[in-house]
Amino acid sequence: MSTTTFPNAPLLSVRDLSICFDTRHGPLRAVDGITFDLAPGEILGMVGESGAGKSLTGTAITGLLERPGRIDRGEILFEGKRIDTLSPDEMRRLRGRRIGAIFQDPLTSLNPLMTVGQQLVQTIRTHLPKSKDAARARAIECLAEVGIPAPEARIDQYPHQFSGGMRQRVVIALALCAEPSLVIADEPTTALDVSIQAQILDLLKKMCRERGAAVILVTHDMGVIAETADRVAVMYSGRVVEIGSVDRVVRDPRHPYTKGLMQSIPRVGSGVQRLTQIDGAMPRLTDLPSGCAFHPRCPRAFDTCQQTRPAALPVEGGHVACHLYQEEPA
Amino acid sequence: MSTATEQKPLVALDGLSKTFDLSPPLLNRLIERKGRRSLRAVDGLNIDIPRGKTFALVGESGCGKSTVAKLVVGLHGASAGKITFDGTDLTKLAAADRGAFRKRIQMIFQDPYASLNPRWRVRDIIAEPLRSFGITSSKAEERAEVGRLLELVGLSARDGEKFPHEFSGGQRQRISIARAISSKPEFLVCDEPTSALDVSVQSQVLNLMRDLQDELGLTYLFISHDLAVVDFMSDYVGVMYLGRLVEAGPAERIFSAPEHPYTRLLMDTVPDITMGRRNRAPVIGEVPNPITPPPGCSFNPRCPLANDRCRAQAPEARKRAGGSIVACHAVEEGRDTPETVACETGEGARMQLARGAA
Repeated sequence: MSTTTFPNAPLLSVRDLSICFDTRHGPLRAVDGITFDLAPGEILGMVGESGAGKSLTGTAITGLLERPGRIDRGEILFEGKRIDTLSPDEMRRLRGRRIGAIFQDPLTSLNPLMTVGQQLVQTIRTHLPKSKDAARARAIECLAEVGIPAPEARIDQYPHQFSGGMRQRVVIALALCAEPSLVIADEPTTALDVSIQAQILDLLKKMCRERGAAVILVTHDMGVIAETADRVAVMYSGRVVEIGSVDRVVRDPRHPYTKGLMQSIPRVGSGVQRLTQIDGAMPRLTDLPSGCAFHPRCPRAFDTCQQTRPAALPVEGGHVACHLYQEEPA
Repeated sequence: MSTATEQKPLVALDGLSKTFDLSPPLLNRLIERKGRRSLRAVDGLNIDIPRGKTFALVGESGCGKSTVAKLVVGLHGASAGKITFDGTDLTKLAAADRGAFRKRIQMIFQDPYASLNPRWRVRDIIAEPLRSFGITSSKAEERAEVGRLLELVGLSARDGEKFPHEFSGGQRQRISIARAISSKPEFLVCDEPTSALDVSVQSQVLNLMRDLQDELGLTYLFISHDLAVVDFMSDYVGVMYLGRLVEAGPAERIFSAPEHPYTRLLMDTVPDITMGRRNRAPVIGEVPNPITPPPGCSFNPRCPLANDRCRAQAPEARKRAGGSIVACHAVEEGRDTPETVACETGEGARMQLARGAA
């Protein structure tokens, strides 16, 4: 696998990606034409409600999409090469070595019948030419780096002997032990308590920054994104409705959905008597509205919104897909 | 110990405790000489909830907040202490006499996918309390009441014909609320009612719960791990750690000037979209195993202010100026006065507890 990356070339480039599920009632498009780039070492947050397609996007990039789901349009370029067309074998070599993955529930992503050491050594030896002893030494180092006390003793323990936060540290060590250049973290802290969540996010950020690894952080929690990510992509009904720097999106959200989302998050010390609410719910894939998928809930929808799907328009270092910005260029 | 003295509270918990027996079976105890083991899930809880107000319990998983909810509605029996509801001690009540109180105390559960029977139509789900408490006398009356309840929670009367799977998560939680208020209760126990919902839907449900409180004069015991949600919903807040109340008081007091080191830690770790990437104080350690809690104050292994007294003696809850109660030796002795306290911990990490009163 060639690792020659040009300083300004994107590490990962997703072009017009669509993911479709074949069902008895016809194909359901769960992800519909999303496009974004990820620079080396960048942390991109993907935020959206359940069913928005954010996890599926991550799954497609790691090549773990399962039947009946399939990529029916678009391409994924990693370090300049297409990876969506790779065979499962080639993808397996890439995954773990160049692309690491961290999932929500640390207990289900670890093998309960193997010690954490065995799992780390296996991963290291699959991807790096190391002897058993050297791999074990590296595994102990990895555990120490993710802040597990007494790694020499802990390495021979099983996942159930670790607490939730410690388990997620082990998962991070596993994802990073082969030094990948891209990490897909799918809701890495959702199963953890707030005080542990802060530790894990800090750790993930530190580890990736030190190694120059880029991260796609998939979460439903805008607060997590605001504190961790550089850029954020807001997803709704399988589409990216807005993408931009975290600072800009938080300070000045453009898409009506992003605006509503920001205002509906309760905040400590805001003293409000009522929360802003977006009425209704995200449409089901079986009856997506025509035009812009958000128009039935949008306070500013007009005729065009019902008829044509908005294209992504450039705004301040990002894009927004909304007809409001079509007529009067921002 | 009361957090509100102006009127007689609707619900008062006095020294409420719940111990779960985790002992191995008798034979194993005899043969393997293992001792009895128990877990104190809730330990001496004192809470007053005034009528028409919301008391929120916050804490991390395993701190005992859901056990409190189950104790209050009678799904668990208390090991010690009293639960006084409108002047009657529920723990002393015979099973036959509890029925009258069930009608007045209802519960909303966390997961609207698990708490609604998938094989029942929504109108039957909502009508079940009406039938079992004999509130409606005829089918027509029942139908009208179900329709009224559905409209009260923002659904339409026609939705009664549908099954739960035809609704989204937020709509299902509305159905749960309609069922909970169908017996015209005075007191609702809400155990993480919005944590299974997406934010844009969460705000709808929280607004609905506040509207219903104003319209029907409901009293809430609101259980959540989300401080921002608690700040929005509650009048009084109690912070739990390993089965004990470490700090309790009026919500504005707890949020503007938290005193207990654990409360301050919690406040500091909430991700906030407005604060951007601040340099958060690194938090150390994890919640200890509740089967073998540390001696003294259960928070001492994670506390930057802990000293020998904290490691030996559990702190009593003391009343503080500002109307809150705090169980902490350091706060009591005034050891926490410098706003920034730094200390070495076992792992050599430095932890800072800096938080100006916002």
